[in-house]
Amino acid sequence: MDDDMMAVFRQEATDLIESLERGLLDLSDQPGDRDLINAVFRDLHTIKGSGAMFGFADMAAFVHAFESAFDLLRSGQAAVTPDIIRLALEARDEIIGFLSEQADPDGRRAAILAALEAAVGATGNAVGTAPLPEAAPTGQAHRLWFRLTGNALALGARPDLLLAELRELGATDIRADLSEVPALDALDPEVCMIGWSMDFPNGITRDAIDNVFLFNDVDLRLEAPQAAVDRVPVAASDPVPVAEPVSAPARKPSEEGPQADKGGATMRVAAERLDHLMDRVGELVIADARLLQLAQQSRDPALMAAAEEISRLAAGLRDTTMRIRMVPVRSMIGRFRRLIHGLSETIGKPVSFIVRGEETELDKTVIEQLADPIVHMLRNSVDHGLESPADRAAAGKPAEGRIMLEAEYSGAEVVIRISDDGRGLNRDRIRAKAIANGLIGADTILTESAMNALILEPGFSTAESITEISGRGVGMDVVKKTIEGLRGSIEVQSVEGRGTTFTLRLPLTLAIIEGLLVEVAGERFSIPLAAVQEIVELPADRIEEDGSSDFLDVRDRLVPLVRLRRMFSSPGAPGEFQTVVIVRAGETRAGAVVDRIIGTNQIVIKQMSRLHSGVRAFSGATILGDGTVALILDVPHLAGVGQGVEDRRGVAA
Amino acid sequence: MTNIVELKPAALMTVVTMRLGRQMLAIPASALREILDPLPVTRVPTADRSVSGVINVRGAVVPLAELRFAFGIPEEPRTDASKMLVVEVELADEPMIVAISADAVLEVTELDRATMEALPPKGSSWPHAFVQGVFRTKKGLLLLPNLSNIFASLASASGTAAA
Repeated sequence: MDDDMMAVFRQEATDLIESLERGLLDLSDQPGDRDLINAVFRDLHTIKGSGAMFGFADMAAFVHAFESAFDLLRSGQAAVTPDIIRLALEARDEIIGFLSEQADPDGRRAAILAALEAAVGATGNAVGTAPLPEAAPTGQAHRLWFRLTGNALALGARPDLLLAELRELGATDIRADLSEVPALDALDPEVCMIGWSMDFPNGITRDAIDNVFLFNDVDLRLEAPQAAVDRVPVAASDPVPVAEPVSAPARKPSEEGPQADKGGATMRVAAERLDHLMDRVGELVIADARLLQLAQQSRDPALMAAAEEISRLAAGLRDTTMRIRMVPVRSMIGRFRRLIHGLSETIGKPVSFIVRGEETELDKTVIEQLADPIVHMLRNSVDHGLESPADRAAAGKPAEGRIMLEAEYSGAEVVIRISDDGRGLNRDRIRAKAIANGLIGADTILTESAMNALILEPGFSTAESITEISGRGVGMDVVKKTIEGLRGSIEVQSVEGRGTTFTLRLPLTLAIIEGLLVEVAGERFSIPLAAVQEIVELPADRIEEDGSSDFLDVRDRLVPLVRLRRMFSSPGAPGEFQTVVIVRAGETRAGAVVDRIIGTNQIVIKQMSRLHSGVRAFSGATILGDGTVALILDVPHLAGVGQGVEDRRGVAA
Repeated sequence: MTNIVELKPAALMTVVTMRLGRQMLAIPASALREILDPLPVTRVPTADRSVSGVINVRGAVVPLAELRFAFGIPEEPRTDASKMLVVEVELADEPMIVAISADAVLEVTELDRATMEALPPKGSSWPHAFVQGVFRTKKGLLLLPNLSNIFASLASASGTAAA
């Protein structure tokens, strides 16, 4: 088997394992749902089949036992219990271990299987744990004849495995039927001309047989003694996953309900290629800006028309490419549900986890980097946010805590809210801690939101006792740093006794954005347009700074001014006309004072070098149409500087 | 920096020599990517003066480093002889591209590592961590800077202005 096929197998297996996890978690919420049990069973069956085909014999055996346990659930001989779900999730993790070829020196896998069988057996109607699927012997002997048809072999069917499975169902006297095997020169090696016949002395059901041939094109006859011939070609409902490496992902149509692909063909592409594509588009956008500039200088109308046409095409290409890279929030929800499920059991707090807006899409880079911070926040919510069941009862709340994750679009941003209905932040404790850590002075007066924001500072942990789950004093500051690294922002709202909400705002995409190009003392800077709220003229009497509190009254709201000339130690004095660009990061606003606005343009964001990691004023750089580099202002930092102005006013007042 | 050296007999090392003020510096050829005529520099406000700008090297934004401040060499106005040397150095085990400004690029030459001398423990204003060694040549003292250490110290330094 070559590496490509192996890669496809691994990808498919990963999908199946994810689907399996989703199914199991759904099942823990709706233990009686037969469709879910069937979906889980199908996933297991497919993993087993393709695993065996790719030489993961141990894994296939393991999954087979796993599947057998679920078969009892499927046939209604045992009922789903939380214990079974827990063990099944553990078993699911072991499948990943098999795939990454991890050894199992402690016999953990066997232990999980034994426990799973015992758990299933315990709920069953004294059926025991025998791994016999569809154990419904009729007592009447049956005779089965089958032959694989079509290109079953080419699609990866393995008659030996099928026969092994049939043997486990109780087949005896298995004979090969060579009657249709042609002479050697007429033999097509890709077609299986051999048929097999066998006896089931204890009888067998049609369902059990169909299960064996779930993924194969087959001609079969199942004959009861002296009964009529029952000859129905069974069409494969789903191709064996390895069959078509570049075709649609082998998702079971029924398992995802409304989330399933809506009929359109999909294609799997290596993420790396998308990154290359994005790089190329980025270069195109830069080249396009240059062309446009040259065309305008030439004043040749034909050239300008052509340049504008190319510009339009480039913009379209950019949008399409960015859409390709969009990934739904759903893609990371699975691990969150799993995390909460596990935590809820470990620390004994029942939790219901509600997800809204999981179809909201973000750039894949954002999603990738977002998963860890969200895991951290969810962990905090379960561990610190939610009270113990006893405390909840005392507070008159339902025993089951509620954690909600909501995602929605808001302009060019995506807002993700993570909220719990727990005890809320204890401001006195935060205050005491912040004073002890020297974050604030003993007499500092802070607004509620500023107080909440303290928990995002380095070295701050509100848990009085460090628990196993969280609270080692690292964390929320790292979360904040990651979010800001994604050019997003984070805020904390909390009502004591009612719960805490973290609000993340993230840009839709990272690679290319609309920028507002401004000039300060002859130097050009770009400000992400999504963060720009409005642009106003600086009144002539405010050109010079006036002391420590520097504010502008914008429609009855005071906006702190950040004088970029001063911040950047620019040479010369400000001109007669200065412009204020009002930016917003989260709920914080600031007015950046610039010499003039040049215009808007598409900018391709380049990371700043590590040599500039200490420079916080810029979040990146971009290359302009004329080939020079312009720095991109870091809006959260600007807002933070503005906040500093505001704090100074608080002290002065 | 070792790949090329290993192919040479014993201790020979190919370097490009450059001039900063009156000081000659050697840049190992194995680290050198290209030598450019000066490009337009975009100032990075609030950054340390040793990396006060960035340049566009064929679509990549590359920091421009001034080694002179590390060795206390006075600034010189840019001339026709000024160049930018694009080098690749390891920083925290990851390769990084940096441009170094030079008042002039002199020649490509081979140095015998055996003739390299350590910096005398006293009597030098150069920080020892920034120097791999020095060579005595007919034209004067040739300094082999420790680029990784110099850039690591820049990467850990925060911006000068807290803003």
